[in-house]
Amino acid sequence: MILAAMLAVPFLGALGMLVPLPGSPRRVTRLARLYGLAVSGVTLVLAVAAAAAFDYGRRGAQLGVNVPWAKSIGLRFHLGVDGISLPLVVLTAALTFLCMVYTARALPVPAGSRGGSPQALIGLVLLLEVGMLGTFVALDLLLFFVFFEVVLIPMYFVIADWGGSGKDAAPRARAAANKFILYTLLGSGFLLVGILIVAVNAHTLDMTALTARHGAGLSHGLQVAAFGLLALGFAVKTPMWPLHTWLPDAHTEAPTIGSVLLAGVLLKMGTYGFVRIAVPMAPEGAKVWAPWLGLLAVIGIVYGALACLAQRELKRMIAYSSIGHMGFVLLGIATLTPVGLNAALFGNIAHGLITGLLFFLAGAIKERYGTGDLDALGGGMLAKAPYLASILTFAAVASMGLPGLAGFWGEMLALLGAYEPHSGLPRPTFITFMAVGGLGAVLTAAYFLRLLSRVTHGPVAERWRTARFADVRSHELLAWTPLITATLFIGLWPKTLLALTDGAVRLLLGAR
Amino acid sequence: MIVVAAVAVVLPFAAALVGMLFGHTVSHLLSPLARRVRKPAPGTARRGALVLARRMPANGPALIAVVPVAVSTVLTAVLAVDQLRHPASHVGTLTRVPTGTVEITLSLQVDGLASVVALLVCCVALAVQIYSVAYMRDDPRYSSYAAFVSLFTAAMLLVVLSGDLLVLYVGWEVMGICSYFLIGHYWHDRATSRAAVKAFLVTRLGDVGFLFGIFVLGLAAHSFQIREIIGRVGVMPHTALLAGTLLLLCGVAGKSAQFPLHTWLPDAMAGPTPISALIHAATMVAAGVYVVARLYPAFFFAPASLAVLGVIAAISMLGAALAALAQEDLKRVLAYSTISQLAYMAAGLAVGARDGAVFHLLAHGAFKALLFLGAGCVIVTVGSNLMSAMGGLRLAMPVTFWSMTVGFAALAGIPPASGFFSKDTILSQAWKAAHDRGTPSAGGWYASTPLTTRPAPQGQAVVLTWTVKPRHMMGAPVPHIPSWVAWLVLVTGLLTVVITAAYATRTWLVTFFGERRSAVRAREATPLMRWPVAALAVPALILGFFGLGSAELRPEWGMAVISLLCAAAGAGGVYVVWNNDPALDPVRLLGPLRPVLRAAFYLDTVYDVTIVRPVRALARLVVHADERVVDAGVEGSGRGARRLGGLLRATENGNAQAYVSGLFAGVVLIVVAVVVLT
Repeated sequence: MILAAMLAVPFLGALGMLVPLPGSPRRVTRLARLYGLAVSGVTLVLAVAAAAAFDYGRRGAQLGVNVPWAKSIGLRFHLGVDGISLPLVVLTAALTFLCMVYTARALPVPAGSRGGSPQALIGLVLLLEVGMLGTFVALDLLLFFVFFEVVLIPMYFVIADWGGSGKDAAPRARAAANKFILYTLLGSGFLLVGILIVAVNAHTLDMTALTARHGAGLSHGLQVAAFGLLALGFAVKTPMWPLHTWLPDAHTEAPTIGSVLLAGVLLKMGTYGFVRIAVPMAPEGAKVWAPWLGLLAVIGIVYGALACLAQRELKRMIAYSSIGHMGFVLLGIATLTPVGLNAALFGNIAHGLITGLLFFLAGAIKERYGTGDLDALGGGMLAKAPYLASILTFAAVASMGLPGLAGFWGEMLALLGAYEPHSGLPRPTFITFMAVGGLGAVLTAAYFLRLLSRVTHGPVAERWRTARFADVRSHELLAWTPLITATLFIGLWPKTLLALTDGAVRLLLGAR
Repeated sequence: MIVVAAVAVVLPFAAALVGMLFGHTVSHLLSPLARRVRKPAPGTARRGALVLARRMPANGPALIAVVPVAVSTVLTAVLAVDQLRHPASHVGTLTRVPTGTVEITLSLQVDGLASVVALLVCCVALAVQIYSVAYMRDDPRYSSYAAFVSLFTAAMLLVVLSGDLLVLYVGWEVMGICSYFLIGHYWHDRATSRAAVKAFLVTRLGDVGFLFGIFVLGLAAHSFQIREIIGRVGVMPHTALLAGTLLLLCGVAGKSAQFPLHTWLPDAMAGPTPISALIHAATMVAAGVYVVARLYPAFFFAPASLAVLGVIAAISMLGAALAALAQEDLKRVLAYSTISQLAYMAAGLAVGARDGAVFHLLAHGAFKALLFLGAGCVIVTVGSNLMSAMGGLRLAMPVTFWSMTVGFAALAGIPPASGFFSKDTILSQAWKAAHDRGTPSAGGWYASTPLTTRPAPQGQAVVLTWTVKPRHMMGAPVPHIPSWVAWLVLVTGLLTVVITAAYATRTWLVTFFGERRSAVRAREATPLMRWPVAALAVPALILGFFGLGSAELRPEWGMAVISLLCAAAGAGGVYVVWNNDPALDPVRLLGPLRPVLRAAFYLDTVYDVTIVRPVRALARLVVHADERVVDAGVEGSGRGARRLGGLLRATENGNAQAYVSGLFAGVVLIVVAVVVLT
């Protein structure tokens, strides 16, 4: 029941925001913020309670809710968590809460004359949370798809109505939002067909049953087709090269909390779908497609890194860095081994924490300097705002995969998986992928160090010398400290996550 | 003992965290106390330790930095003494981390090699921390500086004491990032920032190979634990062993600044001088050599890797020594000399002198840290890194002069300083390897005896677990490397002795003798800086005699005489040239070669042209292609759909006549079709 409550609270909360609040605009804003903080706080408490109630000795799905919903098509309201989804659920609830904390002082203002009230924004973010949490706890294929799609609409409005900055903010934000929703809807079309192929031929929508079957009952050809379609759908969301071009635009235009949730949670829904649905339900198809998936993944790693190396805009650069990091996650999935999937799940969480933090920082920098252009920023941030620059340095170093911080383990295990992929896959090919991925890791370090060198080092640029702005503020520190602590903690003690995912992943793959 | 080792590692780490977050808070808390102490009782002399006692308590960051390292030094000394009395290998495991394949074990391994190197690390770190209190006194960011030095110390101790290769790798990379931060301490200077980035990226490039080497060895041995891997080298497939060790060498070359990945080290001298002493001379750069020594049985059974190591070492040894000869900057002389001396250690490992290499590592750690810290004193006094500004400092700075004289003697291999003994061990082992042509020896320290059999984890029938027993025999065993490699090592080694003596003499003479070249009034550095230098002179001088107890490390007279003659030739040559005109730099004799050597054979330019610029061009190409090709495809499909819609819309024009005509035409078509087709 705890899971149902965890979905119900933000859902009812979002509905509650439809009721007009009384009082002056300022009062409404304050009330809306407090409301969002409270609702997402309760949701976080419920997510943590779920983690506490979770039996860590068992591998399968737990805390289930399973009631019929639409009997005629066999749809059931089936929820549950296991070692794969639990960390993502906690991450989602925590990031949403931290976004609310951040919003409590710095609410994005709709640019231009667009009518976005703070009340609407809070409601949309809560609705977004329902979709994200639901995707991770759904155990019915159609229900999964519903939640997967629910996410798109609030995100569309968040980007379109609160996004953009500077000149012609409104049309640019609108264009980015359009691209985001059309592109991902196109992917969802493929995804739906793939889901239907699996469901119709296996005569069930129950994900636990389908996983336990490991593709039995689906012919080879069907599995190849199903995996291809499912992968296409998830790859757009992840995003995988070359289906990534919606991401930089959406990230650049989205408001800070939009970017944080987009990078921190939405991208994970794609890779989660790979791990939860595509790989276990069509394993034969996965074996056929895996080398191609691996190839596109390593291209993504190197391509993303190179694109970052010549990028001029801060948020755009972080967006491209996501493509590289998700490449490592996809490479882990492509190996079809327990270690590879563990890597993918670890990489998901690490990327959520670190890139979430990076987007928070990018937002804070843009807010202070009024620009994200690296040339305009100049340098010397360590002199101008030492704490901000230090946290940026921490986040960049974590993101480049420094051992001892969260980013390392996902990357390292993905490469380890590629060294010894599933026995049905061509090993020399994957060893090549490993080598290229390793070079990508060097390039990743290169662009982050270039960023630090350009922005934090050097003398303060002339135009900023007299400018005055605050260093890290308290609400920012409140929102960031948990992310920093978590990055450090799971980096130093990776067992927290690996012990959790390893059993579930082995069950998924039918391994020992 | 494992607990002691764990505490020794964790203490500096905790110090780093606390120092980074609360360094100044501690200062504030302590200041009332300090004010009371600082008021001197009438009649007390303001000297040495008392000044120290008065200044320390107010300085929170310094206290947080120095005390934990001091405790760690004591703890590692306990470890080393324990190992001396009862040599044994202890392994302690905290936990095992599942990965889906081979587990990672969070474990420490304490043995003779590890404990003695850990002691070196702590001693140098302690000396550097104390020295830094004075050296960085006026630096506003001393707190973060000291915290990073503590973090570095913890990471290096982790590398030294780790029992698992992946845990070692964690320490290995954390050292790299600390090196980055500390080189870039003076970040407002763009050149310094670039040097820091370069140092990190070049070593990271090697580290990727290192990580892959760990994968290869770990999966072949079904364990990442060092003990297990060493135990299974005999039963591992030879290709895996060869590939794994060769890949490890990438990381070794990066960290230990060996050709072709050495170019970062001279630039790293942009960092504060105590950092150069700690990280870029005594400890981090020695980590590569240490890892090879730690995994020596694996390399021993893969002689081709050792041969590669020998060739790399020979090139680095001679090339760097030549480059050192022509440098103008005192720190860069020492940097190139570090590359060259590390190459000695690598060469020693290549020809089978493991103990000799570790001996040289220890000796070098002492005398090079001494030279750097001494150079720091000189630089602070003179106010410049350039040797053209020094000269004649002998009388003004007696403590620094005599300490550095010991350091230079050890560097050049002049007895009785430590460098003479350790270098001689390596050279005589090279001589032996050149002649023995790999005769398998009856047994040495690596002699393996099968101990137990245990079921293999991955379903193989039975894997023998071997144990490595240290056993002191006459001389070390010789690996099966080709004899030309041993000859190469020997000949370049002796040539390098000549050049090393030459540049050591030149630097010594130009810095301390002759005319004063700068107007600054030279005087001795502060006691906090002076005394760590003097303290390091003791091991630099006498460490060599500790080797006399072991047959393997005892000097062999033939080789000793030859290398002494070589050193005398180098030193004497420079002295004669210098004596002609003490005001001039003796390197002027090199003539047209001088700029080539000073630029270290233009390797940086070559890398810039062949690697850095193409990558940048590629990056710009990718950004361009992403907008013009990939994204244009997406946008194009959107526009295409809209245009297609526009075409179809043309028929929906609201003209009733057109609709009726269309309707009529359709009816006609259908009728015709029905008539024709039926």
